[in-house]
Amino acid sequence: MSDHEKEIDEATGVETTGHEWDGIRELNNPLPRWWLYIFYASIAWAFVYWILMPAWPALPGMGTNTPGIRNHSDRDLVAASVQELRDARAETGQALINASLDEILSDQSLRQFAMAAGESAFGDNCATCHGAGGQGFPGYPTLADDVWLWGGSLDEIQHTITYGVRQDNLETRFSMMPAFGRDQILSSEEIRAVAHYVRTLSGLEEASEESHHGQEIFEFQCVSCHTEAGTGDQLQGAPDLTDRDWLYGSDLETVINTVYNARNSAMPAWGERLDEATIKALAVYVYSLSGGETNS
Amino acid sequence: MALFDKHAVFEKHSLLLTVGILVVVAIGGIIEIAPLFYMSNTIERVNGMRPYTPLELAGREIYVREGCYVCHSQMVRPLRDEVERYGHYSLAAESMYDHPFQWGSKRTGPDLARVGGKYSDEWHMDHMADPRSVVPESIMPPYEFMVDRPLDYSMISETMAAMRVVGVPYTDAMIENADLDLRAQADPDFYPENVEYDYGLEDRYNEASGREGTVNVRVFDGVPEEVTEMDALIAYLQMLGTLVDFDTYEAGDLQNRR
Amino acid sequence: MASSTIQKMGIDFSVLTVGLFVGVFTLLALLVAAWSPDPLFEIHGWISLLMGIVAIAAVCFWAAGLKRSKVFDPSAYEDTLIKWGVGVSMFWGVVGILVGFVIAMQLTFPNFLYFPEYGFLNFGRLRPLHTSAVIFAFGGNVLLATSFHVVQRTCRTRIAGGMWPWFVFWGYQAFIVLAATGYVMGVTAGREYAEPEWYVDLWLTIVWVAYLLVFLGTIWKRKEPHIYVANWFYLAFIVTIAMLHIVNNLAVPISPLSSQSVSLMSGVQDALTQWWYGHNAVGFFLTAGFLAIMYYYIPKRAERPVFSYRLSIVHFWALIFIYIWAGPHHLHYTALPQWAQTLGMTFSIMLWMPSWGGMINGLMTLSGAWDKLRTDPVIRMMVVSLAFYGMSTFEGPLMSVRAVNSLSHYTDWTIGHVHSGALGWVGFISFGALYCLAQWMWKRDRLYSAKLVEWHFWTATIGIVLYITSMWVSGIMEGLMWRAYNEFGFLEYTFVETVEAKHISYIIRSLGGLLYLVGALIMSFNVFMTAKGKTRKGEDDHVHAPTNDGLPAFAEATPAE
Ligand code: HEC
Ligand code: HEC
Ligand code: HEC
Ligand code: HEM
Ligand code: HEM
Ligand SMILES: [Ca+2]
Ligand SMILES: [Ca+2]
Ligand SMILES: [Cu+2]
Repeated sequence: MSDHEKEIDEATGVETTGHEWDGIRELNNPLPRWWLYIFYASIAWAFVYWILMPAWPALPGMGTNTPGIRNHSDRDLVAASVQELRDARAETGQALINASLDEILSDQSLRQFAMAAGESAFGDNCATCHGAGGQGFPGYPTLADDVWLWGGSLDEIQHTITYGVRQDNLETRFSMMPAFGRDQILSSEEIRAVAHYVRTLSGLEEASEESHHGQEIFEFQCVSCHTEAGTGDQLQGAPDLTDRDWLYGSDLETVINTVYNARNSAMPAWGERLDEATIKALAVYVYSLSGGETNS
Repeated sequence: MALFDKHAVFEKHSLLLTVGILVVVAIGGIIEIAPLFYMSNTIERVNGMRPYTPLELAGREIYVREGCYVCHSQMVRPLRDEVERYGHYSLAAESMYDHPFQWGSKRTGPDLARVGGKYSDEWHMDHMADPRSVVPESIMPPYEFMVDRPLDYSMISETMAAMRVVGVPYTDAMIENADLDLRAQADPDFYPENVEYDYGLEDRYNEASGREGTVNVRVFDGVPEEVTEMDALIAYLQMLGTLVDFDTYEAGDLQNRR
Repeated sequence: MASSTIQKMGIDFSVLTVGLFVGVFTLLALLVAAWSPDPLFEIHGWISLLMGIVAIAAVCFWAAGLKRSKVFDPSAYEDTLIKWGVGVSMFWGVVGILVGFVIAMQLTFPNFLYFPEYGFLNFGRLRPLHTSAVIFAFGGNVLLATSFHVVQRTCRTRIAGGMWPWFVFWGYQAFIVLAATGYVMGVTAGREYAEPEWYVDLWLTIVWVAYLLVFLGTIWKRKEPHIYVANWFYLAFIVTIAMLHIVNNLAVPISPLSSQSVSLMSGVQDALTQWWYGHNAVGFFLTAGFLAIMYYYIPKRAERPVFSYRLSIVHFWALIFIYIWAGPHHLHYTALPQWAQTLGMTFSIMLWMPSWGGMINGLMTLSGAWDKLRTDPVIRMMVVSLAFYGMSTFEGPLMSVRAVNSLSHYTDWTIGHVHSGALGWVGFISFGALYCLAQWMWKRDRLYSAKLVEWHFWTATIGIVLYITSMWVSGIMEGLMWRAYNEFGFLEYTFVETVEAKHISYIIRSLGGLLYLVGALIMSFNVFMTAKGKTRKGEDDHVHAPTNDGLPAFAEATPAE
């Protein structure tokens, strides 16, 4: 009943279909040609693509998908392109692995290569802990200074990076400062006293009665690692307590906390993740951040 | 045009139109999804995959709850820069026990598929509690509330049982010991009072994996007395991407190519 | 077909059955509130209980009114429901866009509204709130309201089911409340765009089946011999979303008294199922549904016939057939086997023209009436929406090409694409339709102010342009930075450097979002004033705004089927 007469739309001169809904009619225009042709072309292109590439799955029990005549595989391709890149870097990389510090520093191209590789790897792996320029954060040592926990020669740095700190490999840097408070080796008063003493070592506070008491405890409990003078021991990664450089912080509460709980923080062993050349490059890069230690 | 006139059938019969639509929209999905269940080259052949330990599973639930997947992908694509930045490209096998999958679709933060072992537990603690304390440029939200919120694991064995229903090979022993295994993983000196416990956590999951050393047992959040949400989340993060043994993985195998 | 007594019984029957469903819902809510050991589920129990009690009261109130008034009068359109729909759509639209602005700010100034001790407002929880609020709460309500409007007018009959359309409407609001509160508390299934947990999914399934039946029932008793093209699209939207929703949400609850569940599928199969769903949520929720809106409101408002009936047919079937296949373009270069990626890519390209078919049909409908672009800002809004639709359905196939996707995937380019579709297409066509409805449902000669529509149009358009251009810049930039190598063959940039580099773009995006939000607020005011029956002084009254309140004498006509 609402099928109206087909009529000609005045504005466009096109016939309507003769239906009407709530006043809406439809023109009987044909499909736009360009539209149809592009649609066909996209279908044709799809057919070509299906022939070239893995495309259609098989029915159950009838094998796998159509492989495509290009025999394409993302995984093969990426393996090849990564290999290509590694090959391109291999020669210089090998030279870097074999080179000594002096050789690297004197060979312009080797040094540039090491710095480029080191900077690149540092950014995504190390900067998260040690900061973008190696400036460090509380608990994560500054690498851009000449204070070293475990030694700052190129070899020592390379060793630390490769095997990490407090990891479960045999070569890892390892030591454990006891948790004097938690493990009830010292009482809270004793810890407070020793903390006061520790702060006198670097001139943060004046000697006091309490710090003298702390000194006695220090000499009994701490010198095996931090030495009599408090200057630390790189073999054990025990920090120098006489300088102004603090791993965790120098205010009284923080020092008390450190002695109470012992932090014994860990650094991953990068030998498990990064290749030898990259690690060597990282060592050079880290070394260069600080100027390193040439004597040891 | 005659062909177009035939269309009137659909315009005049609502049920026919409905059925027609249903048939037309069903086809594509069936042809694309169903073969993934029967074709042999869908999931790679690998060594090392195992179900999540209860603590990791609880951590994964927190990961889902917090919507980490809206910022982090867990899918390293086979592209040169990604393989160099994040490590080996992800395999389908690596998420075979993920109900639901967490591949993600946006990388506001970096990919996490291989983050396991990359950082220390302390770093994760610091970073989760206040990301900008360690990465000043970070735009990740802080999760300080997880630091000392006790983990609610009252339903963990039920979760594992439900996962077994959908095909995750949890054994009876794994499900029975779920609560104790969970606590044991967050404290190497764990000693339950009044309960019998066989300390078989590592054996159970290593056996399922076929490899040694797949379970990290340690105090993740630095506080052995209590299992917190942070323990669980870090346990999960630290195992991500570490299970498959890539030394024995044959990339060239036809089933494993893509 | 029916005598009035039978119809009366039918009416009572609908109130009875709705009452039954609401009763069961409330009872279950009570059980959960009382017995669930899961604190979050318990909260949802209480919320549901409250909603259930209000609903029971409403049903009783209604049943009492049945005898006195003609609540389900078969000789009149059900327009009250649509008024509610307009109001609620505006509300959720503003909420969703506001949350969008908040998360945009959080990415720009990363301590914005973060409470480290709680985490309720963390980005990870708000982002799903945003996507669901704009797509399901705003978009969904627009679709409900317009579909109920369109199907009545184009079938010339009152909506079927007596009280059931009301159940659909309020049941859907309950779904939104449960989903939204769930996200903020941390109840989520962790599937993009399908985050609600199993029990919320079940509830939506019931609501959705009711929706399908109401819609089909109305078409069934139509007084027009043919089903109008808008209704094909609505039907495709409803049927397909039902299929997608059910399959994608298959899950095993870990206990009937826990909010948690584990999904039926895992890993790669789960990924493809999810993106089969996710892509077709775009295809059928954000495209087919809104094309249906386009097919009614543009010809109606422009008072011009639809451009081509034949194009309607071809692009309709091609669109719904091809869309379904394109999901794997969300999984390019992932561990999904490549054959599936190939299908996803090729079907996306083939989808280009069927998508544009809708745009052509809409744009060309204006031929012979182009001057309306100038005179009627509501028409202009809808036409510009088609331009954005055309743009995003060109960009989409482009991004589906694997080589392009290797750059764009994971980046802000995707976000830009999303919002050119979402703000430009979905947003503008919805605003256009809502302006029409505000005028028509409240039976006004014109809107409160056409000038304000003009203002809305321009603030929102500038907002969109800022949004999408900043996202193109930041997306392409970060994609290029991720893959950049230095001269020695090492990665040039770290990840956080890319994060830093996007900061400026993020500021611009936030600004764009703010403008869009301001536009939506202007609109809310305009709609509110229109509903109140006000007209703004000093605006020339001769703006021609077609009306829609004609009530044809259709009660006597016989149904076509
Ligand atoms: C998870 C955080 C973390 C990451 C990532 C990290 N480190 Fe460390 N690193 C540490 C911590 C913590 C220490 C100090 C350990 C200690 O207390 O002895 C340390 C120590 C070092 C040291 C020794 C400093 C000294 O004073 O002796 C070097 C060198 C070093 N890191 C280099 C690197 C390099 C290079 C990388 C990247 C490949 C890296 N680190 C990545 C946490 C990290
Ligand atoms: C077994 C060796 C050992 C003993 C004994 C020891 N320490 Fe330590 N100490 C270390 C190591 C190693 C570190 C670095 C820890 C780290 O990286 O977490 C350290 C760090 C510290 C720091 C932090 C320094 C900074 O820069 O923030 C303080 C303070 C400290 N020790 C004080 C003491 C005191 C006081 C005692 C005795 C009561 C003591 N230590 C006993 C090994 C030891
Ligand atoms: C707003 C987006 C956002 C959310 C949500 C988010 N992150 Fe992040 N995440 C980032 C960004 C940006 C970075 C990079 C900067 C940094 O290291 O903080 C990052 C870095 C990380 C890293 C270090 C990765 C690496 O290799 O350096 C981890 C681990 C991480 N996030 C875990 C999580 C977890 C777990 C959650 C959820 C509980 C989460 N993130 C939620 C944005 C986010
Ligand atoms: C103008 C106000 C809006 C602003 C400021 C805004 C902002 C945002 C932001 C910041 C994100 C997260 C992006 C990321 O993770 O990097 C997002 C995601 C999203 N928004 Fe909006 N949004 C707005 C409006 C809308 C509207 C109206 C819609 C839909 C109709 C919408 C749909 C989406 C979708 C679907 C996503 C998820 C995209 C993805 O996962 O790829 N947004 N929005
Ligand atoms: C022919 C039509 C379209 C095609 C082929 C298409 C294709 C694509 C592609 C390739 C992506 C990126 C996937 C990725 O890399 O992660 C994408 C994302 C998206 N598109 Fe489209 N698109 C089309 C139209 C639209 C329209 C009209 C809208 C909105 C109204 C839209 C909304 C989205 C959303 C929300 C996403 C983000 C999904 C996510 O990652 O969360 N698309 N689309
Ligand atoms: Ca703990
Ligand atoms: Ca769901
Ligand atoms: Cu898509």
